[in-house]
Amino acid sequence: MAIPVIYNLRSVRQRPVSTTFTASGMGLVVLVFIAMMALSRGFRSALVETGSRENVIVVRSGADNELISGLSRQTAQTITGMPFVARTPDGRPLASPEVYVLVSLERLGGSDALVVARGIDPEAFQVRKNVRIIAGRMFNPGAPEILVGKNIVGRFAGTEIGGVISFANRDWTVVGHFAAGGSAFESEIWGENEQFMPAFRGDVFQSLTFRMSDPGAFQSIRQTLEDDPRLPVDAHREYDFYANQSYLLTRILSFAATFIAGIMAIGAIFGAVNTMYATVSARAPEIAVLLTLGFRPLSVLASFLLEASLIALLGGLLGCLFSLPLNGIVTSTTNWQSMSEVAFAFRVTPELLLRGIIFALVMGLVGGFFPALKAARQPVVQAARQA
Amino acid sequence: MKYARLVWVNMMRNKRRTVLTTLSVAAALFLFVSLRSVNTTLADARQVGSESRMVTRHAISIVFFLPESYYGWLVTVPGVKSVSWAEWFNGIYRDPRDFFPSFAVEAESYLAMYPEMVIPEDQRRAFLGERTAALVGSGLMERFGWTLGQTIQLRSPIWAPDQDWPFTIRAVYTPTNPSFGDALFFFHYEYLYENAGRRAQPGWYVLEIEDPALAASVAETIDEHYRNSRAATKTETERAFQTGFVTMYGNVGFLMNAIGLAVFFAILLVAANAMMMAARERTSEVAVLKTLGYSDRLLFGLVLAEAATITLIGGLLGVFGAKLAFEGSGFQGLGFLPGFQVKWATAMAGMAIALSLGLASGIVPAWWAARLPVAETLRRVG
Repeated sequence: MAIPVIYNLRSVRQRPVSTTFTASGMGLVVLVFIAMMALSRGFRSALVETGSRENVIVVRSGADNELISGLSRQTAQTITGMPFVARTPDGRPLASPEVYVLVSLERLGGSDALVVARGIDPEAFQVRKNVRIIAGRMFNPGAPEILVGKNIVGRFAGTEIGGVISFANRDWTVVGHFAAGGSAFESEIWGENEQFMPAFRGDVFQSLTFRMSDPGAFQSIRQTLEDDPRLPVDAHREYDFYANQSYLLTRILSFAATFIAGIMAIGAIFGAVNTMYATVSARAPEIAVLLTLGFRPLSVLASFLLEASLIALLGGLLGCLFSLPLNGIVTSTTNWQSMSEVAFAFRVTPELLLRGIIFALVMGLVGGFFPALKAARQPVVQAARQA
Repeated sequence: MKYARLVWVNMMRNKRRTVLTTLSVAAALFLFVSLRSVNTTLADARQVGSESRMVTRHAISIVFFLPESYYGWLVTVPGVKSVSWAEWFNGIYRDPRDFFPSFAVEAESYLAMYPEMVIPEDQRRAFLGERTAALVGSGLMERFGWTLGQTIQLRSPIWAPDQDWPFTIRAVYTPTNPSFGDALFFFHYEYLYENAGRRAQPGWYVLEIEDPALAASVAETIDEHYRNSRAATKTETERAFQTGFVTMYGNVGFLMNAIGLAVFFAILLVAANAMMMAARERTSEVAVLKTLGYSDRLLFGLVLAEAATITLIGGLLGVFGAKLAFEGSGFQGLGFLPGFQVKWATAMAGMAIALSLGLASGIVPAWWAARLPVAETLRRVG
């Protein structure tokens, strides 16, 4: 027969300081784990959400990022005219040839960062469904006007609407801010292709992104493009193209999260072991009574494991609670594949919280096992004598 | 010191608890020292940049090229001793995930400017005398198992991406300062220029100046001269240039410090809990000691000494465990942290943290022991 849970609950409340200390220690471990993973997830999702599965991005063959790519107008036009490019109801192709350069801007804190300046045509807003202007207006054709992604607004000087940013020997007026569903586009500056081309590298695009009329046909579209002798290009599903760029940093962050939380967990587990041993020896007489009453040693083992898990659960919940305010905090790092600054938000997801709780429970069970075993194996007569 | 034995006996009273507490402190200090070393390594990476060298790059950003013709004017700028240039090659050996930095440089002037690279004289001459020769860091040689004289094939997604680039390794350098990095790859700019269909241009110029004090005026002269040209420039000291790259990681320092703080508090809780349990078990003993004439202050000190001993031993294990582990494994943070090491200053800081952990965790139990009412407690002693 199982020992009622209420026995453990009351026991835990008997030693408030010890319980709180042990639980808080585990809570801190869980907090650090969730925070690091939230950072990794945030960065990854910023890049993953940048690309759509329905879009194809075309770059110069051999280029794994837009920075080192180059496409002539001729190439862009040839591809735009192909039959697998989706069209608007009035027959215009859903394709966006783009200029991509990095400009060195000064952060409000003082140091420089490389920010993406992307030249677009108005079609870009239709090709990329998640991009919309949230303040101000679209730039006017022919004017030195730019749009700024919402994640860099306020991080760099002159990013407010009406502000002026200088690069490439010209002054550019900010006329609008745009959102892009948390993606890396929100860390970019967008302007008109015809303005950016002469200002930067001349008559060349860096990439062409188009919507497929049949997203299932990607493999054959890719084949067609890459086999065409007129086109020195590689085609990628847009989603994979950006997701691949997150690989290295995500790997580093996940490694760091596991390493740091793992070592902290060792410390916290030892703390739990100490607490549970103390509990078991302090309650030796009680255990003897339980065993005399006819509870099986296995029930005693289960009961103490349960008690350790309760403390761990408390710690896990504390850790989760304190990790919640992190959600949405924006920080930035560099996407080394394209050398550009990417601002992104910590993402504390329900799934991460669950993993935090499981992590805590594992710590509790591991830490509670040997003390619980000791309790279960206690010789009844000896323990009862102490009572 | 005559009480050392008493402290020791008390510690050994519950061996398991003492060992576990010591090990958890060791784990925490291992972590603390590792995190701190990430910060010191990044700080060193900024210092690698010299104050007597300057970098001139395109004003828009480093990814734009500068004309070769700038060389002729740059050498005439007052205060500039010599000029070299370099370009990012982005070479890939087999797997793009096995990244290492590779540069095409104007070899003769570049080597003269970087005494940080120690190269045997015969290898230096062999490298300078051959167009397709490469100069490789000792760490990189080890990583890929390359040997001197071997010909290897690299690919570059930027330069002639469809073809292999053969290089013959003619020289190996060892850095005088570990933060300079021992995993860099250099070759001749002329080779890049000829093989890339003559499209290559210098990515940046490196200038050696006569006196670091001239840096500001040299920068102003150069940037002013090119302000309205097709390729405007930005000139800064190499240290400022390096610092720019390091800040691109984002706020690593803050992250490491925040985690370090969480580690400290987590272990403080574990250690304090252990000390309190120990003190609670010993209540009657303390009462007996007081009856024997031990003063409150002495008992306070004894408990603190016990706590500090545990955390200091844990600290020694963790701090020097980390130092040995990182030095033995040659950990470089996947190539992002060249010259990663636990410095003595960091080790000392770790020990100071261990001591403060001990004092903080012992303070409450020590106060209990000192304030214990003797008569009442002794009544309970059976």
